[in-house]
Amino acid sequence: MRREGSPFQGLSTVFVKELADHISSIRMLMLEFLVVFTALAALYEAINSLRQTTAEDPFLLLRLFTIDRAPLPSFVAILGFLIPLMAIGLGFDAINGEHNRRTLSRILAQPIYRDALLLGKFLAALATIGISLAALWLLVIGLGLIFLGVPPGGEEIARSLVFLVVAICYAGVWLSLAMLLSTVFRSAATAALVSLGVWLFLTVLWPMLAPAVAQVIAPADPRYALLGLNDPVTAVWTQELLRLSPNDLFGEAMLAVLSPTTRTLGPVFLDQLRGAVMGAPLPFRESVMIAWPQTVGLIAGTIVLFAFGYVLFQRQEVRA
Amino acid sequence: MTDQSSESRGTAPDPVIAARGLTRRYGATAVVDAIDFDIARGEVFGLLGPNGAGKTTTILMMLGLTENSSGEIRVLGFDPAREPLKVKRRVGYLPDAVGFYDQLTATENLAYTAKLMGLARAERARLIEAALLRVGLADVASKRVATFSRGMRQRLGLAEIIMKRAEIAILDEPTSGLDPQATLEFLGLIGELKAEGITVLLSSHMLDQVQRICDRVALFKAGRIVLMGAVPDLAVKVLGAGFVVEVEAEGPGIARRLALIPGVTQVETLAVDRFRMTAERDVRADAARAVVAVDGALRRLSVDEPSLEAIYARYFQTTSTGDIRHAA
Ligand SMILES: Nc1ncnc2c1ncn2[C@@H]1O[C@H](COP(=O)(O)OP(=O)(O)OP(=O)(O)O)[C@@H](O)[C@H]1O
Ligand SMILES: [Mg+2]
Repeated sequence: MRREGSPFQGLSTVFVKELADHISSIRMLMLEFLVVFTALAALYEAINSLRQTTAEDPFLLLRLFTIDRAPLPSFVAILGFLIPLMAIGLGFDAINGEHNRRTLSRILAQPIYRDALLLGKFLAALATIGISLAALWLLVIGLGLIFLGVPPGGEEIARSLVFLVVAICYAGVWLSLAMLLSTVFRSAATAALVSLGVWLFLTVLWPMLAPAVAQVIAPADPRYALLGLNDPVTAVWTQELLRLSPNDLFGEAMLAVLSPTTRTLGPVFLDQLRGAVMGAPLPFRESVMIAWPQTVGLIAGTIVLFAFGYVLFQRQEVRA
Repeated sequence: MTDQSSESRGTAPDPVIAARGLTRRYGATAVVDAIDFDIARGEVFGLLGPNGAGKTTTILMMLGLTENSSGEIRVLGFDPAREPLKVKRRVGYLPDAVGFYDQLTATENLAYTAKLMGLARAERARLIEAALLRVGLADVASKRVATFSRGMRQRLGLAEIIMKRAEIAILDEPTSGLDPQATLEFLGLIGELKAEGITVLLSSHMLDQVQRICDRVALFKAGRIVLMGAVPDLAVKVLGAGFVVEVEAEGPGIARRLALIPGVTQVETLAVDRFRMTAERDVRADAARAVVAVDGALRRLSVDEPSLEAIYARYFQTTSTGDIRHAA
């Protein structure tokens, strides 16, 4: 049975309205402050340490993103932590908020499909995050220009733009999750709590649990331990398990794109490569190819979660 | 709104909403159970019935917001489940406990729905202004809806329907929670819609209001329509008679004379000069003629219209067999 009309009728209207809501909301302002201040702190440390090292570095600007000086993590690591928070903050009451305000049945009585409402809300929140990240990106480039005094090269700009795109995909996963939960739970507080629970689990607990689970699945051969090495089988399992978390995918993709010397994201070499001392930088294309599977993973996660939310929302009763 | 309604007023009453065997099941229980009805263009149709009887569910099926399990529903000739956009473009809906975006003003709220309907910008501003004026919200048009009272929100909901230039207005409990004055004003607005030729379908628990404005009513009970028709007809059916006419007159043999009037089912003599007649129609004119015919002196002639309240009470009194229902 074919539905009449376009499922996207009214999409742009919903998009514009939601975008305006987000941008003028106190909530967004607070998230914005949080992100900008933490990012500035990380950048400040990065700039300080970069100014001390006068060594020639063709990718000085990119080092701004990735350098970390205790106690602060790098700019990218901070974003890996805060982007989910922003996405959850914008998505946790997307659908149940309409229910609770009792606007849903009135809006759906207008000539639009539910598709337009859901997709419009998703795109608006993603655009909001995209705008914030783009502003942040400009901030980094600007600060680099002012304090490091070197104009960024074309490749650096290209790589940092890839960073921007991957970061938006990463935000998409969390946004889809938050919106899915906002469809499942009628109470916005519950949806927010569950979203944050998933986020904490995947960012904090999972990196600790994954090696243990890998040990159970593929116990390390004691002979490797005698040699002071990791069992490659266990290491591969650990890696694959870690990749279930979007944070890990984001981190890996960023490593490939922002540290041009990264040749592989394979588990065995990962630790040795993090120092980025060996070898020459990879061409831009090849770095992107290394980051590609991770990016696709993030996009796929977004689509799967969104699809779940979509199906649920289509079947949901409109009345409160 | 002018050409559409004038065009429709000229045509013969055609059903704008038609249901045949319409059923909605949740699990095994049929919440709406094989109902049939036709609503004619320009009619004001009332849905009555206890809580949980299935009124809102029926309304949601008309808008395609809930799918029917079986049976058929046609709104303006379209199946709302298959062609929801065509239906929703021409039907206005005021949900029970309507909500608006609190942080937006009245105008902005209406502008959002106007955009969703695809109205052009210039038309939008004009229609919104006119609609707000109609419902008496013009002076608070640029106030945030957060500051609105229940009655104002309800009127804003009606303004949305007016702005939409809907051919059918579906109002779910439009006057619940309104004070008597606000209720009266709201009923006046509904009357204006009717005068414009808009078909109005409303559900309500306020029987006297329903009686005042509805041409026909349907009485729901546990998902079925148990009674349907104009209130006087229902009175005849349920109460046995529609009208109670009291006559105060002096003269010989008046009681006998009154009993001969066609349509009169009973004449009681309350006093020597006071009689109460029960009739199927308003027989005051005939009664007056009868009194004059016997050279009587007519002092008072009053009629009690059949009240929906009485019909409702009688119906649920005689048919309720103590079954437990879980009213929401
Ligand atoms: N999602 C649902 N799942 C199961 N049953 C439902 C669902 N929604 C409604 N019902 C049931 O459908 C019945 C009819 O509900 P409906 O809202 O149509 O009644 P109503 O006549 O509008 O009542 P009221 O006067 O209280 O508004 C109720 O008994 C309710 O419990
Ligand atoms: Mg109801």
